[in-house]
Amino acid sequence: MTYALKLTDLSKTFPVGRRLFGKPKASVKAVQPLSLTVAKGETLGIVGESGCGKSTLARMLVGLLEPTTGEIEIDGEALDNADPAAFGKRIQYVFQDPISSLNPRRTIRQIMESPLIHLHGMDKAARDKRIKEIFDSVNLRHEFLDRYPHEFSGGQAQRIGIARALAAEAKTLILDEPVSALDVSVQAQVLNLLADLKTELDLTYLFISHDLAVVEAVSDRIAVLYFGSVVEVGPAEEVFANPRHPYTRLLAESAPVVGRALSAPEAKESELPDPLNPPSGCAFAARCPNAQAKCREMAPELTDHGAAQVACFFPVGAD
Amino acid sequence: MSAFLKLLARNRLALAGGVVLSVVVLLAIITPLLPLADPNVTNTAARFTKPFSEGALLGTDHLGRDLLSRLMWGTRLSLAVGFAAAVVAATLGAAIGIIAGYYGGRTDNLIMRGVDLLMAFPYILLALAIVAALGPGLFNALIAVAAVNVPFFARNIRGITVGIAHKEFVDAAKLAGLTHRQIILKEILPNVVPVIVIAMSTTIGWMILETAGLSFLGLGSQPPQADLGSMLGEARSAMIANPHTSVVPGVMILIIVMSINLLGDGVRDALDPRLKSGALSRPMAATRVERSGDIPETEGKGLLELQNLQTQFHVGNRIYKAVGGVSLNVEKGECLGIIGESGSGKSVTALSVMGLVASPPGVITGGAVRYEGEDLVGAPYGRLRDMRGRNVAYIFQDPLATLHPLYRVGDQLIEAIRAHRPISEAEGRTKAIELLKSVRIPNPEKRVSDYPHEMSGGMRQRVGIAMALANDPDVIIADEPTTALDVTVQAQILSLLDELRRSRGLAIVFITHDFGVVAQLCDRVAVMYGGRIVEEGPTTDILDRPAHPYTARLMACVPELGGGKRRLEAIPGLPPAVDRLPQGCAFAARCDRVQESCQAADVPLGGEGLHAVRCLFPFTSPQEAAE
Repeated sequence: MTYALKLTDLSKTFPVGRRLFGKPKASVKAVQPLSLTVAKGETLGIVGESGCGKSTLARMLVGLLEPTTGEIEIDGEALDNADPAAFGKRIQYVFQDPISSLNPRRTIRQIMESPLIHLHGMDKAARDKRIKEIFDSVNLRHEFLDRYPHEFSGGQAQRIGIARALAAEAKTLILDEPVSALDVSVQAQVLNLLADLKTELDLTYLFISHDLAVVEAVSDRIAVLYFGSVVEVGPAEEVFANPRHPYTRLLAESAPVVGRALSAPEAKESELPDPLNPPSGCAFAARCPNAQAKCREMAPELTDHGAAQVACFFPVGAD
Repeated sequence: MSAFLKLLARNRLALAGGVVLSVVVLLAIITPLLPLADPNVTNTAARFTKPFSEGALLGTDHLGRDLLSRLMWGTRLSLAVGFAAAVVAATLGAAIGIIAGYYGGRTDNLIMRGVDLLMAFPYILLALAIVAALGPGLFNALIAVAAVNVPFFARNIRGITVGIAHKEFVDAAKLAGLTHRQIILKEILPNVVPVIVIAMSTTIGWMILETAGLSFLGLGSQPPQADLGSMLGEARSAMIANPHTSVVPGVMILIIVMSINLLGDGVRDALDPRLKSGALSRPMAATRVERSGDIPETEGKGLLELQNLQTQFHVGNRIYKAVGGVSLNVEKGECLGIIGESGSGKSVTALSVMGLVASPPGVITGGAVRYEGEDLVGAPYGRLRDMRGRNVAYIFQDPLATLHPLYRVGDQLIEAIRAHRPISEAEGRTKAIELLKSVRIPNPEKRVSDYPHEMSGGMRQRVGIAMALANDPDVIIADEPTTALDVTVQAQILSLLDELRRSRGLAIVFITHDFGVVAQLCDRVAVMYGGRIVEEGPTTDILDRPAHPYTARLMACVPELGGGKRRLEAIPGLPPAVDRLPQGCAFAARCDRVQESCQAADVPLGGEGLHAVRCLFPFTSPQEAAE
């Protein structure tokens, strides 16, 4: 089976304190070597809190960042050169902030034409036809084409962002917090539009968000990221309903839910480990109620637990 | 463009500068057509003729050449050289700046250190060195003046480019297959051009002066060719006996440089987006109050009581009715939630309580805010200031923006206390540590001397809460205090707030857009839409039996954890703009239960008991609302 997206040992290390010549002073591992697969037509949700490396991962997948190690395979073909233009036809990106992802000094038509000219080399007539088709599919009026980005609301701008990603005719879309800047009533409109487009155009989504409920509502599978590594990945209906990793459980219990009494599942102040001085074993060990000596010595690998994979020596509910 | 000209013309000094400069430039352009004497014909018999004599309006110089003619030709040359130098410096500097800023890293480092090196020399020495190396002459002077000004442009443009190169639209352009060159020309350059124009308009006068300076020293234009600097230089020896030969070119330099600088400042003010958005206008200390009509009598409901509060923003001739008559109250120890989308007026309502809405453009146009019965709208500033923090304190969304980055958090806490009562340094420190302890910051003795950037987002918000608690207020207004935080941290902050209100009997007004948060924390909730409350009542009542269609549909379109993959019930359309509110119900256009009467007249807040709803056809049973 060929996957829409297959990552093998993908990692990113950023140098810190770069000097003019010679080696940098230190380095930060934003993404630890990680392997993931996304099947064709699937929506994989990626959740994690700030600093977990989800944006770095997303930027590597579309070639905006060069991975330090590892391989990215799209539709069964390896892409090892970090050239966004080569990625562009296969995988596209929808940005978090809809307004700042549109150049304020270009009209919507100019913005929409860019991928058609540079990726597909279409002539004027073909471009006009294609742009109209795409605008119809994202429910935008054609008269918007000659306006500038500042004239649009967040929801409309995000539709334009989605339209631009579709124009490249990529079959895989990376959605990086696509609705977190939008109001809830508009958020639902955009999520439904994304769901419709997926069925219509046979797309594959990688949906990144910090909002557990949103991710659960749109995903087939969910991967939970903590400190640059996947700690749990499994079917969407199970990950939060039946969490195996203590961190996933903490996330699920922290989300405010109507009808559940207010509680702080974690009493003490939680701090992420220092990225400049990462702990030797499991990164979550310091916050984990189940942590034992083994956890602080070696990092657990992802192993199968039922339908899910969990990176934990003592997963929840295993004993 | 016409908006830009209008802004420019509003600045009187810039307008005057523009008019004077246009006249000078026009005269310089038509100089060859004017009936002037040849500027280079000498007539030593008529040297040093005084001004206003026959045949020589401005007199003659030491070789008997007509000063008026030399002045006009000299002005023409000086303007041309100054303008050319500015264009060359701007083009080179912008190119260097954009390349350094866009590529960053080592390229940036090498280029900018080179630029720093150039800037380390005093500019006139550098210009002299360049002219000395190339030999005297006007063209070489132009090169020298342009070269010494390149670093100024390069540094300016690089700073702007760095900001733009990290914008998401540049990433999007990369994904659309544009090459680096295309991105620089199509995406970055159009955003940098206004900055280049601003930089040019403020430096061109300076460049004319520098060219004149080099010519004055005999390194620019060579005799007999006249430019303003060489005219001054030649007149130097006769300055005492025949001052008019120096005064004539001197006055022209003054006129040109003054008018260019005035116009340049005007161009900068009109183009700079920061200045346009009102960064120069200082908001008043308290929101302006212009109440018309009766001030409602106190009804004695609750500790803090808002009665028909109306706050508007007056921008130009538009009126934004941000808050259109809101009545609320909160008791001691009670938590009231205000829920709504952006633009619903929830934050403006909260800020109006202590007169914190920025004026201009904010105006409170009606209603009352009563604290223990006392009306705070229109209270003298001294009284409001005394109450801010002591009686009613605020917690804002972004603690990074509300804490001062240059002061230690302990000092900021002490300052908050000192605003209301004198307290010694040692006592203040003890109190600050106590406050940090009360918001459960671990190791407060050490943390008290941290700077905000040394803390995580959750810790900073705890400091924000500690600051709100510093003067033992009775009411805390929290405006989306957990929206910027991660879920695990949010849970901690919410339980902290809940515990504080129970242990201290605090009244909390909690503004949010999250029903889950409201359900867990608030006793009562008010739903706002289009600047008004559309539904209000006990939290469980509203969550179980929403009566207003907006409340019901808003709840339905928020996914809830544990619901699995599903389609959401989106509300079509957008909330109305508060400067163009429709007649009748503001939600009518998006409502599927709408009838003709909904849009006919204002819908009052009705309902039974504690549960109030602003709807003519509310849901009467939970089953109906769920459908």
